[in-house]
Amino acid sequence: MRGSETIIKVENLGKDYRLGVINHGMLYRDLQSWFARWRGRPDPNAKFKDVSLHQEEEHRMRDGNFLALDDVSFEVKRGDTLGIVGRNGAGKSTLLKLLSRITQPTRGSIKMRGHVASLLEVGTGFHPELSGRENIFLNGAILGMSKASIRRNLDAIIDFSEIEQFIDTPVKRYSSGMYVRLAFAVAAHLEPEILIVDEVLAVGDIAFQRKCLGKMQSVNESGRTVLFVSHNLTAVSKLCSRCILLSGGRLVADSSTAEVLNEYVSAVSSNRKPSREYPLPDGPFEARIRRVSVTGPDHKIASVRDLSEEFSIEVDYEISEPMEGLSIGLQIVSVEGDQTVISLSDPELDWSRLEARAPGYYKSRVKFPAGLLNTGLYQVRVGMSSKYKIFHVVEDIHFEIIDNVGIVVPLGYERKNSLLAMQIPWELRS
Amino acid sequence: MRNLENGLTVETAKDSQKWDHVVTPSQGWFDFELGETWRSRDLISMLVKRDFVSVYKQTILGPLWFVIQPVATTLVFVLLFGTIARLPTGGTPPFLFYLSGLVMWNFFAASFSKTSDIFAGNAHIFSKVYFPRLTVPIAALISNLLTFAIQFVLFLIAAIAYGYLHDPVAIATAAVLTLLLVFYTAMLGLGIGLCVSSLTTRFRDLGNLQGFALQLWMYATPVIYPVSLLPINMRVISIVNPMAPPVTSFRNLWLGTPMPDPMSWIFGFIFTAAVLLLGLSLFSHTQRLATDTI
Repeated sequence: MRGSETIIKVENLGKDYRLGVINHGMLYRDLQSWFARWRGRPDPNAKFKDVSLHQEEEHRMRDGNFLALDDVSFEVKRGDTLGIVGRNGAGKSTLLKLLSRITQPTRGSIKMRGHVASLLEVGTGFHPELSGRENIFLNGAILGMSKASIRRNLDAIIDFSEIEQFIDTPVKRYSSGMYVRLAFAVAAHLEPEILIVDEVLAVGDIAFQRKCLGKMQSVNESGRTVLFVSHNLTAVSKLCSRCILLSGGRLVADSSTAEVLNEYVSAVSSNRKPSREYPLPDGPFEARIRRVSVTGPDHKIASVRDLSEEFSIEVDYEISEPMEGLSIGLQIVSVEGDQTVISLSDPELDWSRLEARAPGYYKSRVKFPAGLLNTGLYQVRVGMSSKYKIFHVVEDIHFEIIDNVGIVVPLGYERKNSLLAMQIPWELRS
Repeated sequence: MRNLENGLTVETAKDSQKWDHVVTPSQGWFDFELGETWRSRDLISMLVKRDFVSVYKQTILGPLWFVIQPVATTLVFVLLFGTIARLPTGGTPPFLFYLSGLVMWNFFAASFSKTSDIFAGNAHIFSKVYFPRLTVPIAALISNLLTFAIQFVLFLIAAIAYGYLHDPVAIATAAVLTLLLVFYTAMLGLGIGLCVSSLTTRFRDLGNLQGFALQLWMYATPVIYPVSLLPINMRVISIVNPMAPPVTSFRNLWLGTPMPDPMSWIFGFIFTAAVLLLGLSLFSHTQRLATDTI
């Protein structure tokens, strides 16, 4: 019965961000940007990210605005736990910010019933000079709890935090673990009708994380509505009965968790290719990437690489006119950890290659030693730029590292707990 | 459970029920969220406590600093402007004269400067959690009021020590009117502070200008000199300066110095009302998109 009332209604929601020129915080820089655009020159204050987004996601650009979120509609019923998934940059954070009223939408509307609390972070507003107890009251008030409700829950919060003996010590003397425990204890005792949670669970030790997951589950059983955003698909499938999938700022799936997660995982893997070729544009061009491949020691392309073998990344590119200061940037990003593991640029060491280069088709390669990367899925991003201009960025090459030999993975573990898996020998000193 | 009681309600009827929060792209220029701010009283009181307590935690003298600062400044003024420059104070003891000016001026300066970096100073919190943003300047104002109260008591003690304040009726009148002066000054400081805090989200340059402007403004206000000292052709400063009437009136109420020009009050009221309305409007408009730019 209780699941039938609509408690959140999102209609045609959209959010635009102006890129590059939003604000430089200084009148001088604003003027500089205006002047550059007036003369038709590239904006000297534009950030790398702005330009690469420009090229990568052209369908999300409209009149110089970046559509972080576009035409998203969904409803949530009382007591639902809705998971929000999607790759980085799909618009999850923007949706969260809009739902928690941190910023205002450009189009559409959100309607909500009841008290809303959002946890985009734990411990927001903690003051280092105040004691743990005082911070419980301050943080609770910032999160929208009344003084009476904090007082009622005070013992439970202190108990949950497991730091009772330090509760009257200023939090600046806390270890980061204690800080997080206290912060989460406050958050866990919020009593809103709607709770919006961003990956705050990715903190603290494993035992504490379990405790938090358990607490969130009990929150839901008491009839509260929870919106949960996470990269942790296990946590999502554990907690959420329904999910929505965002991609490129749009809602592409809204169904049961199992179905949506399936779609999400297959969408990610069907797009994975270890090698791609890029055609020249129809019109004139200055510099373009033509081909990027991940190859093994035998120079064969393969999407799965063994951890114990070295591998190379080959980049072919073409220049149509003599060019100075050209550089090729390469990044290897761990998809699961969402972290850049390696960032290189050609020329990394040989500065002479920054000098004028003749037009032509260039083939380059960089070799990586065996065991450099631990098992997992990796994404390759390659960009071509000169000092003030970014010519071409590609980031749709993926490869996977597996561990066939099994030497570096200790028995009973899925994966060695590190980014790198270099095998470096020990010697006995006596 | 609510639905069990009226289980017959159909989906459409439920949708037409009142929503508690409706977020849309544009809200009016004069929607200040005052109702929601009022409902956040608990938050305001916690913010006041934080401001107040964090100032003297880990200091030896603690809350005494709220008293030491004006006394020390007043003594410097007595030495500099009274003993060395020999600026006349119209027969009032210089210590009382400067202290009375400073107590009022400090309240204004603090109201202004503490509300003027709301967005920049709280960017971290504002980008992570929503609450009515107006709670922050209001909390700042209240903690300033507490500081003012302490300094005001200090002034009263000094005045009694100098043999002032023996007529109970005059004291009662002065006390009531002082409340009005304080309210006026708070609104003026808040209004200007809100304007500046809204504009600094776009132009940080204003932050640099502010301290310097405040200092110049103090010298344009009769804090260290009586209005009568100004040459006739410069009296206009004390009329168009909205901080001149409260400082002059405060001194008039408690020390019996001359009253301010009524024109200056008329101008001051108009200016304060206008700047407060503009400040609230700019602030409520800025807060909705501030996290996109800071």
